Amino acid sequence: MNLGQVEINFAYVVSAALFIFGLKMLSSPATARRGNLLSGVGMLLAIVVTLLAAGIAYHWVVLGILVGSVAGLIGAYRVKMTAMPEMVALFNGFGGLASMLLAWSEYHQVQQLSTFIALVTVLSVFIGSITFTGSMVAWGKLSGKISQKPVIFQGQHLINAAAFALALLAALFFILSPAPPLGYLLFLAVLLVALAIGITSTIPIGGADMPVVISLLNSYSGLAACAAGFVVSNNILIVAGALVGASGIILTRIMCKAMNRSLANVLFSGFGKAIAKDAGGEGPKGEVRPASAEDVFYILEAADSVAFVPGYGLAVAQAQHVVRELGDILEANGTEVVYAIHPVAGRMPGHMNVLLAEANVSYDQLVEMDDINPRMDSVDVCVVIGANDVVNPAAVHEQGSPIYGMPIIETYRAKTVIVMKRSMNPGFAGIENALFYEENTRMFFGDAKASIQALIAEFKSVNA
Amino acid sequence: MTAVFLTFIFILSIFLGFEVISKVPSTLHTPLMSGSNAISGITLIGALASLQTSYHGLTVFLAFLAVVFATINVTGGYAATDRMLAMFKKKDKGDAA
Repeated sequence: MNLGQVEINFAYVVSAALFIFGLKMLSSPATARRGNLLSGVGMLLAIVVTLLAAGIAYHWVVLGILVGSVAGLIGAYRVKMTAMPEMVALFNGFGGLASMLLAWSEYHQVQQLSTFIALVTVLSVFIGSITFTGSMVAWGKLSGKISQKPVIFQGQHLINAAAFALALLAALFFILSPAPPLGYLLFLAVLLVALAIGITSTIPIGGADMPVVISLLNSYSGLAACAAGFVVSNNILIVAGALVGASGIILTRIMCKAMNRSLANVLFSGFGKAIAKDAGGEGPKGEVRPASAEDVFYILEAADSVAFVPGYGLAVAQAQHVVRELGDILEANGTEVVYAIHPVAGRMPGHMNVLLAEANVSYDQLVEMDDINPRMDSVDVCVVIGANDVVNPAAVHEQGSPIYGMPIIETYRAKTVIVMKRSMNPGFAGIENALFYEENTRMFFGDAKASIQALIAEFKSVNA
Repeated sequence: MTAVFLTFIFILSIFLGFEVISKVPSTLHTPLMSGSNAISGITLIGALASLQTSYHGLTVFLAFLAVVFATINVTGGYAATDRMLAMFKKKDKGDAA
């Protein structure tokens, strides 16, 4: 059976509706899984009807889908929840790469392009290439294959600007005369320069800014698909790509707002490196009060309400399961337990929520920053696990601080704060945390997982 | 005219995307990201349509690679999202995922 273009395009409309419905159902954890399934059905429908068109080279199709599916499924089922950010970065990059390859393939086949098609072709290649190498760098940073520290060298902005101008110029000439051989050279020039820009523009961005970068690359991958959709005049690519593009932009905006920084500041400042230098002078003063597992046990045992505040350190220590175990013990002890999550905690938006969900924490116990802050004064104990900058009161009190104005989880207002941390080292922003010196703060030094296990042991020894 | 028509669709979709996605709670931002990531593998559709029997050489090779990478994006994205969403449960202490 061969379908004509009209039938195929009608099926695409159904697919688009399914994608939109699927995303809509993501508005609640109760319906989200079905939503994702619905979106998957939409994708399957689009794939099937596309293959029912005449003249498809099926042997290539089958081979390609087989190889891709096996690789994709192995990746998806093997990945640890803590490693989800790098997985998403990797997939993102592949999406961008696919859009770039598609545009290239189309151009190679039909080299006489109208101005409009030339424009969208070069756009698709440009965005797709940046998405690809940018995501690869993000993946490398997140998985620790390359340094998470911002890599900054002299004249970096100048080089980036020059590369960008070069790509723009080549693109412009390509749009004016896309015909080979000159057109082809210009095309390849744009492709190569864009690949380079992807690397040089992502490498200066530090680890804790990754939530912004992944969101942005997510948006790019959608826009690349969009541009590819213009190249092949296909509605479904444009609709789906635009949805993803919008999603990525929204997430980027949320992440930037949660750090009180502009997108330009995240992308160009090399935050974390620049700050560390002038942090030496006026630090917070006072006494640090270390606590033993036994001390912490007595504090928690007597508490009526406890709020856990997780950060990237929780993921590093793989401590999500023991935290939940401790939470359960506390609840059995009559304590109200919540998990307060800062929007940029972890390495991608919502990272902590997924880890805690993995550990079987009920999602109605996961509370957002804006919900916990107003009632922070009534919280007996805040337990900060591997979080630092997102609980630093300097963001509220010290106008001179580089993080001043960033919304934080105001743990210092709780009656008691317990900070689990390996050492007194400053966090990503490179600034001392005044929270550690507050009257009501106790420092519980050690590996987060081992510390919590020690607490659980204390509780068990009493109940036994 | 096609260009106008396609741009029209593009603009409307962007607005629709903003509307729908701003309703997603921050708890679900990671699954949103990997789920939308899977959707961005939609390039697969374009790549499949480009694998024509009448095409040869580099065209086919590039389109084939596009199919492979887009498929990784699609299957991996949906599977990873499903794995994550399966873990979001309300108060029932069943078996951990």
